Amino acid sequence: MNEPTFHHALKILEEVCTGCVHCTVVCPTEALRVRNGKAILNENRCIDCGECMNVCPVNAIIVEQNDIAEIFPYKARVALVSSIFIGQFPRHYQTRKIYSGMLEQGFTHVHESEHGAGILIEQINQYIAQNSQNKPIISSFCPAIVRLIQVRFPSLVENIMLLKAPLDLAALAFKKELIEKGYKEEEIGIFYVTPCAAKIAAIKSPVGEEKSVINGVVNMNELYNKVYSTLKKEQYSSCIIPEKEQLKSEEMGWSLTGGEAAYIQGRCLSIDGLNNVIEFLEGIENGKITNFDFIEVRACDQSCAGGILTVANRFLTRERLDERIAKYHHDKSEGKIFDNKTIENHGRYIRDHISINSIEPRSMLKLDDNMEAALKKMSRIKKILSYLPGIDCAACGSPTCRTLAEDVVQGTAHTSDCIFIQTSLNVPPNEEIRAETIWGKDRFRKLL
Amino acid sequence: MKMEYSIEGGDFTKAGLASSAVKKVLKQLNIDPAQIKRIAVAMYEAEVNIVAHAYSGIMKVEIDAKKVYMRFVDKGPGIENIDKAMEEGYSTASEAVRQMGFGAGMGLPNIKKNVDEMKISSEINKGTTLELTTFLN
Ligand code: SF4
Ligand code: SF4
Repeated sequence: MNEPTFHHALKILEEVCTGCVHCTVVCPTEALRVRNGKAILNENRCIDCGECMNVCPVNAIIVEQNDIAEIFPYKARVALVSSIFIGQFPRHYQTRKIYSGMLEQGFTHVHESEHGAGILIEQINQYIAQNSQNKPIISSFCPAIVRLIQVRFPSLVENIMLLKAPLDLAALAFKKELIEKGYKEEEIGIFYVTPCAAKIAAIKSPVGEEKSVINGVVNMNELYNKVYSTLKKEQYSSCIIPEKEQLKSEEMGWSLTGGEAAYIQGRCLSIDGLNNVIEFLEGIENGKITNFDFIEVRACDQSCAGGILTVANRFLTRERLDERIAKYHHDKSEGKIFDNKTIENHGRYIRDHISINSIEPRSMLKLDDNMEAALKKMSRIKKILSYLPGIDCAACGSPTCRTLAEDVVQGTAHTSDCIFIQTSLNVPPNEEIRAETIWGKDRFRKLL
Repeated sequence: MKMEYSIEGGDFTKAGLASSAVKKVLKQLNIDPAQIKRIAVAMYEAEVNIVAHAYSGIMKVEIDAKKVYMRFVDKGPGIENIDKAMEEGYSTASEAVRQMGFGAGMGLPNIKKNVDEMKISSEINKGTTLELTTFLN
């Protein structure tokens, strides 16, 4: 119906999909349907949260992958990696060895993507003070949530904080530094090692920005495998082991639940997990939840430690990072901290580029652009619904009885797709054809 | 387009369900997000009023291309002094009470702020009728 207006990173492997409808049921924006035995994604509704990927029993949903070889055309190959990555490895691997393992893959520089959070803290506090009419300010950190709000809570779009995430600030600063060191802009490739699909989508078609400064992405699970085998084989001896850890303690925990809210003044709350977030946003939209200054909202359980491209158990990741923060405080008291000065050196530049443009609502739930037409459709939906059983079994290929009714008025399904209607109508044998359009011809062959 | 929901007095766990259902419909009708937000706030507040103060009630919503009309009819104690309930100060005081966890204040000024027209009539020991209208565009 609509041209896809933004990139999304989740892909369905049609050959693998068995049309089991698990994914359609969990999608928070009702973006999936099963037709002809295969899951179909409405690209405009998809927010790349990865809930579908988590439940697919046959791994038919994947995150698009960039070839790591794409880094090599650049002279300076910068890996920007979430501190979550360090937490993927068993505890006895030192951070600097993990860094070395990354350099071994061909990167020339490795930096953590939470650099810049330090500057962001001061900016968020100012922002909240200046935008009190839009309270609560909603963090823009998690791109899946930003898109969820655009699609499902359009009236809360104005509450989203119009400041960049640390990742983008870090990318700006490190790029600038390399340019000052004599690299040409086109010689610098900045690659983000991503824990999720939402960040890929956000980099390829940014919200509130023309173009991202980040040149490409590497999926975290893929890099993990490469680095881990390097570490196992102790093949990193040839590289220069980077200096000590460079993040500040407040930056180390930024990608974990509570990482932002802990540093923001006023009444704040951290909410993780998509269903929890949806429930909370409903409350804000109703005016039921009021008087918050700032809310930190993350799509994944345990925030990025639970991202769909992570490998380690999310609680163990959290434990490892908490330990790292504690060690930082210990080292600091012993005067052993090496701070990365890049961010501070470019503080002015970062502050000048910290804002993003306004974010537009993308009311994808609408039945029609024209309200009269939408009203007519709505009345028909009500009527159709009164015939449907209301048990939301999803056997029709739409996630709920209501969505089937919506699909019928939009012309993409039939009331008789409902298996209960079929039985009650005593559908004659040639109507099997209709079942085929949902489940596909092959399914019945497979089952026999 | 007409919808009707019954609201049970005293059941705070269910308060807001009707408003959320209507809100979803408003989104599907492609109504301006800013308007949806204001309607949602008014509707929720009115729904909670019934839960907090009445024995039972009905919420009727009528939507056409020009307006959203909401009618809340409850059986309950009624409002003794509507003018007083409409005072801003009254609302501020009840806010404090609400913060302490006691019954919700009437929030009528807040409802009024979020709609274009508001009519209220009440009979002691019978109930209250609240009519709200928001004009679209
Ligand atoms: S969950 Fe089922 S329907 Fe969805 S992609 Fe996987 S196999 Fe296909
Ligand atoms: S919480 Fe982190 S990993 Fe999960 S979707 Fe949001 S940004 Fe990605």
